[in-house]
Amino acid sequence: MPVQLEIISPERLLLRKDVDMAVLPGAEGDIAAMPDHAPLMLVLRGGLVSLYEGDKVTEQFFVAGGFADMTPDRCTILADEAKRLDEISVETARSRLAALETAFANVAAEDVDAMDTMAKRLQAARAEIEAAEEAHPTH
Amino acid sequence: MPSLKELRARIQGVKSQRKITSAMKMVAASKLRRFQLRAEASRPYADAMRRMLSELAAATRHESELPLLMQGGPGRTHLLVMLTSDLGLAGGFNANLARAMRGIVERLEGEGETVRILTVGRKGGDAMTRAYPDQVTMRQPGTAGREVEFARALEMGKQIEEMLVSGEIDRVTVVYNRFINAMTQTPTTLPLVPLPVPENDNRDDMAAQYDFEPNEEEILAHILPRNLQVQIYAALLESAAGEQGARMTAMDNATRNAGSAIDSLTQRYNRSRQANITTELIEIISGAEAV
Repeated sequence: MPVQLEIISPERLLLRKDVDMAVLPGAEGDIAAMPDHAPLMLVLRGGLVSLYEGDKVTEQFFVAGGFADMTPDRCTILADEAKRLDEISVETARSRLAALETAFANVAAEDVDAMDTMAKRLQAARAEIEAAEEAHPTH
Repeated sequence: MPSLKELRARIQGVKSQRKITSAMKMVAASKLRRFQLRAEASRPYADAMRRMLSELAAATRHESELPLLMQGGPGRTHLLVMLTSDLGLAGGFNANLARAMRGIVERLEGEGETVRILTVGRKGGDAMTRAYPDQVTMRQPGTAGREVEFARALEMGKQIEEMLVSGEIDRVTVVYNRFINAMTQTPTTLPLVPLPVPENDNRDDMAAQYDFEPNEEEILAHILPRNLQVQIYAALLESAAGEQGARMTAMDNATRNAGSAIDSLTQRYNRSRQANITTELIEIISGAEAV
């Protein structure tokens, strides 16, 4: 029995597909959505969502944080932003990271909330670069 | 009695007006379609979020200390966010909403709340600045009929969140035109803070089984700002679709009215031309008889 996986961004539904398993980047570590998983709601960090058919990865998506809602037969990912792995590029992610790093240096150290959000965005950008490098290993 | 020349000029004028209104009608119709598609595309996210929120609300039911974005501030300052259009020529679209706003402001002030108004769109901004110059705290441009990006809702959500956190406001309600169909848009209020808790529709044992990672509070703290943005986004899209619908209907009426005005003007033109010819003939004939 497969799990119905949905990846949704605020602007549209990106994917709805039955998969055997999906591995999600949970804020506290990767987690697999499988049939008959106990109901779970979690916060995601920036990283890759991998879709499995049997033991093989069939598709991968990059998400820049968000939430996931798992039930025994369904897994809904509410992504802040999501792209198919082949749509992301190392260059654009790198320049985004550079911009974020300068912005991060300018945030006042006392502003804990701002530091926190910035740190999360930096992590998402780094994860995107890493994912892109793996997907297009030309460098 | 206008001269033949004047009549001809007026017929020409109304004809070119009709060309403009019918072009505007067609533009509005195609924009309406685009906004409707976008609104439809944004629905799965909002639905999933509502489902998650209802689970979270059920799980945190016994907490005494709920987040600010959920239960609102301690004071009685109410922020009304009014969504209107930048452009007119959309029938009663903006005027109806302004009238609804006046009723709401009066009711809230009667209840002893301090009202502050944030207007989106030039038309609403103008109307509210005229009616309540002291309450209007911020005016923002609308989308002028162009695409409504999620980034816009994101920014507005963040602004409102900041105002809440700094204690400037305690409650938030969005007032906008809800799109029913191209003919009808209903002024609607959408309370955002305090958040009306969505009914948990799965009351069975499953609700109790839910696990949360890291924990309920953390997820709630992440999901509430997002929910604010998503709701604003949905309202912006509805309002944009409503604006185009209202314009389409208004321009359709205007085109039809122009058509009947042309008909009656043409009839008048033909009548006076005929009358002129008859008079001239009589003059010629009576002149010839006199000779």
